Amino acid sequence: MNLKQHSVLPGFGLTMGFTLFYLGLIVLLPLAGLLLKSATISWDQFYAAVTDPQVAASYKITFGASLVAASVNAVFGLAVAWVLVRYSFPGKNIVDAMVDLPFAMPTAVSGIALTALYAPNGWIGRWLAPLGIEVAYTQLGIMVALTFIGLPFVVRTLQPALEDLDVEIEEAAASLGASRRQIFTRVIFPTILPALLTGFALAFARALGEYGSVVFISGNLPMKTQIVPLLIMTKLEQYNYAEAAAIAVVALGASFVVLLFINLVQWWSRRYATA
Amino acid sequence: MKRTGNVRRSAAATTESRWVRRLLIGVSLAFLGLFLMMPLAAVFAQAFSRGWEVYVRSLGDHDALSAIGLTLLIALIVVPVNTAFGVIAAWAIAKFQFVGKSLLITLIDLPYSVSPVISGMVFVLLFGRQGWLGPWLDARGIHIIFAVSGIVLATLFVTFPFVARELIPLMQAQGTEEEEAARLLGAGGWQTFWRVTLPNVKWGLLYGVILCNARAMGEFGAVSVVSGHIRGETNTMPLHVEVLYNEYNITAAFAVASLLALLALVTLVLKSALQWKTAEQLAPEEQGYTGD
Repeated sequence: MNLKQHSVLPGFGLTMGFTLFYLGLIVLLPLAGLLLKSATISWDQFYAAVTDPQVAASYKITFGASLVAASVNAVFGLAVAWVLVRYSFPGKNIVDAMVDLPFAMPTAVSGIALTALYAPNGWIGRWLAPLGIEVAYTQLGIMVALTFIGLPFVVRTLQPALEDLDVEIEEAAASLGASRRQIFTRVIFPTILPALLTGFALAFARALGEYGSVVFISGNLPMKTQIVPLLIMTKLEQYNYAEAAAIAVVALGASFVVLLFINLVQWWSRRYATA
Repeated sequence: MKRTGNVRRSAAATTESRWVRRLLIGVSLAFLGLFLMMPLAAVFAQAFSRGWEVYVRSLGDHDALSAIGLTLLIALIVVPVNTAFGVIAAWAIAKFQFVGKSLLITLIDLPYSVSPVISGMVFVLLFGRQGWLGPWLDARGIHIIFAVSGIVLATLFVTFPFVARELIPLMQAQGTEEEEAARLLGAGGWQTFWRVTLPNVKWGLLYGVILCNARAMGEFGAVSVVSGHIRGETNTMPLHVEVLYNEYNITAAFAVASLLALLALVTLVLKSALQWKTAEQLAPEEQGYTGD
């Protein structure tokens, strides 16, 4: 069996060798160390570590807040992507570039900026406080931070899908008597649904692991506003490596399930596109 | 909607009414204003809330300067190493056909889906006091955790895919015909790479380098785990922001943060400019693709 097709270009052995070596050294070996560490405790200890009430609460908080944030982003991200692709308005290019701000901004900076905004005396917090709405140091604050961090994933996944939409199909539907609302729900929405699901899942996956933008605004109360990454941090500071590794392995497993979901959606949409 | 003539109807069918359009633009801009512009504005407003003098003094502080220096040093080590890796990996993956290619690409993408805290933690498990290699290294006086080398390793991990991820699709789209022609005309391997491949991907490469640099300078979670927050020694700029903030030295924290926000803005401007350049470069290929 031939593992590689013949080519007149040189350097395959050298570049592939280096790629595998560096990948192994920086990424695979350290991750393997994590799995090994979580295996140094017995299955019962592992189970006890990840089902401890405080740990279970932090999984729930992280999962719930990530789900809310990704959903908010799916709705508003669709509106933003639609507006950026379909309409023209002054300053559109600047707005388009700004969508990537959460990618480019160091998470610690986003974290303290959001906290300053939503604290009871902040620009936004002072208007919410009289209404009895507290954002900073509550689960609502975690959701706000995760919404900020996830927005570009939805918008940037939807934009190419919206650009690829064939206007002729919309015209055909219109000439057959469909209303604009029918065209959107029956023609446009099913076509961009895979991209919307992918963007939602990417935003969700990012939110599950997010640390920097959340720690400042969350307040970090155990059982109430403590997210998984922070709990891992606390265990590490107590030199409780095995439990930290166990909690991390479950968190990593959740990210990989989301990643698998994204691959399934893409496989499904490709099949749908070629059918 | 009322019946209006045929012409009007077909135009209305492929776009929304003026009011719907205005409403959607309004909602989108309000959302972006609330979630993107206000945090950005808050950083600068807080940084300058006590005037220029306090701002300049906060940045001139000894610990702030050493954090800035360390951040620059980390980027100076990490960005070239991961850039070299990205170019080498992209050559092997994009220019040759072999079994297991998509698995290899998935593995290269792996650090994207690992939480920053876990990215730092894996190195603590390897090199920490109770880690696999920690005691052995400790006995020889080599310290990686709570030292600069740990920060370098964690940053290498989180920025690992950035350059490779930009170059692989770009080089795959460009194919191997030009390189094969160069070889047949007698060019050596290096010559082919420097004169044919590199000029073709230079904007995409720069794009990857800029993103890699932004993440290397701004990484917080992974670095926070391995650094130990030793002032003047292992505090990078994002970590120094945290330390100042937790000491209620809010203005100074935002002053350092404003430099990082400025870096983010410069990154966005360069990114947009390069996106425009590469879109121009890729346009013929894209036309061919949709023509299939």
